[in-house]
Amino acid sequence: MESSDIQRIAQLAKLAFDPATDAHYAQELTRILKLVEQMSAVDTQAVEPMAHPLHLTQRLRPDLCTEADQRERLQQLAPLAHDGLYLVPRVIE
Amino acid sequence: MQWESVIGLEIHTQLATVSKIFSGAATTFGAAPNTQACAIDLGLPGVLPVLNVAAVRCAVRFGHAIGAEIAPRSVFARKNYFYPDLPKGYQISQYELPIVGRGQIEIILDQGEVKTIGITRAHLEEDAGKSLHDDQLGTDGGSYSGIDLNRAGTPLLEIVSEPDLRSPQEAVAYARTIHQLVRWIGISDGNMQEGSFRVDANISLRLRGETRLGTRAEIKNINSFRFLQKALEFEIERQQEILEDGGEVVQETRLYDAALDETRSMRSKEEANDYRYFPDPDLLPVELDAAFITETIADLPELPATMRQRFCDHYGLSAHDAGLLTSDHHSATYFEQVATEINDAKLAANWINGALAAALNKAGLELTASPVDAQQLAGLLKRIQDGSLSGKLAKQVFEAMFNGEGDADTVIAARGLEQMTDSAAIEQLIDSILAANPQQVAQYRAGKDKLFGFFVGQVMKQTQGKANPQQVNECLQAKLNA
Repeated sequence: MESSDIQRIAQLAKLAFDPATDAHYAQELTRILKLVEQMSAVDTQAVEPMAHPLHLTQRLRPDLCTEADQRERLQQLAPLAHDGLYLVPRVIE
Repeated sequence: MQWESVIGLEIHTQLATVSKIFSGAATTFGAAPNTQACAIDLGLPGVLPVLNVAAVRCAVRFGHAIGAEIAPRSVFARKNYFYPDLPKGYQISQYELPIVGRGQIEIILDQGEVKTIGITRAHLEEDAGKSLHDDQLGTDGGSYSGIDLNRAGTPLLEIVSEPDLRSPQEAVAYARTIHQLVRWIGISDGNMQEGSFRVDANISLRLRGETRLGTRAEIKNINSFRFLQKALEFEIERQQEILEDGGEVVQETRLYDAALDETRSMRSKEEANDYRYFPDPDLLPVELDAAFITETIADLPELPATMRQRFCDHYGLSAHDAGLLTSDHHSATYFEQVATEINDAKLAANWINGALAAALNKAGLELTASPVDAQQLAGLLKRIQDGSLSGKLAKQVFEAMFNGEGDADTVIAARGLEQMTDSAAIEQLIDSILAANPQQVAQYRAGKDKLFGFFVGQVMKQTQGKANPQQVNECLQAKLNA
């Protein structure tokens, strides 16, 4: 991981990052990736896949409309919206 | 060369819930853009999806209806891909442990032949949003696509068939059967115009007798039975040409263009997405106990296949009539009401599949909106049974009833349409007709049998068709052959 990777990820995730912290995050993320590499080396052939770390089951919600329309508020978060639609760079030619 | 097509369908059916699968936002069709897309549907940080019990019940009902095992434990997974109408960057779906396991369904082919089609699995998932590609979007002259996320998070059941279908006709029959079933058991409105029932078709060709599968193409997002038929027909021809020229079919996703009646490549396997499925850490495994399942299927109606068989066995209907009457639950109920009321299933079936179906079709109405209800139709048919109306007059009365002129007895009285059954009056009339046409009587007696129809015609003409045909026949026979 290098500083340029951090800036690229930040841009894709629409996160504002202080360039001064790039090196720090690059180091942290590299350590995490190393941990993942380490885990990849473990033989899991005989291990049953885990769906969730907690031994709990999903609670079910009654089929009720509980969310009111908050379009105006939510669209303030979007870079571009018009006529109620979120606008993105044109997807097809 | 003799090619065989091998087809499997993936059907996405929207479930009949009032709220989304993981949020409390509404699912009403046609709302203004993004007014039904809440923070959870938008995938904002910190939100938590919670599963809608009604969606689970829909899946359980379907599973039971196809004789499948309902998984005691199923798991939601994230299917990762990037597209602007998928705000989280992943779709919550089920992968390794779907809620509905292997089942099967019977389809009826044109010649009345029954074929059993395997269903591999059915799983719950959320729908994505909708992209609009319109030139007029935005105010700065830029080139944009508009995103409406109202549909995002709408509950879907994806029903995956085995590659058991061997022709476009079989594929359409299967899709229709599933469409009928999901509406029948009340888990989806099946509205294809509104996208509540969409089909992806996998199709490959192989030489007849070959057991290995050929390379398949997948045709995405077909929203009508007619397009399904045409897309598959086009694809069979396309693949056949490639194979007969010694080429190889490329595994790819294709789109059907109805305007050009052709399929075209959308993306090939090389660019196909690796969805990187993994269990969704926001959702715990779903565990269903026997009590929940029993309670969910308790009010399932008699299924269409069972009912169709019963209509043949119990009422003596033809497979064709029984099939038409069980095409949806309303027709079946309507039929049973009429048949029970008049105690003549065949008469009821003939009228429902005949005059009533034709009138509804002409008026562009569904049976639920029929101006003539089951009780009223039974009232009309009783007047045929007791001889008050001939079949021909009954049709006239039916038309009047359909046009809102009241029930059968009201129409009969208002129009003076009672059948003439007074045998003395009929005999008198026949005597006068025979007396007025001595030449024809002589010709008939000399062997010109065809003239019998002439006499019947005269009687009907003079009674405006009201004379009871059977009585007229009997009386004429007796007089002419005396």
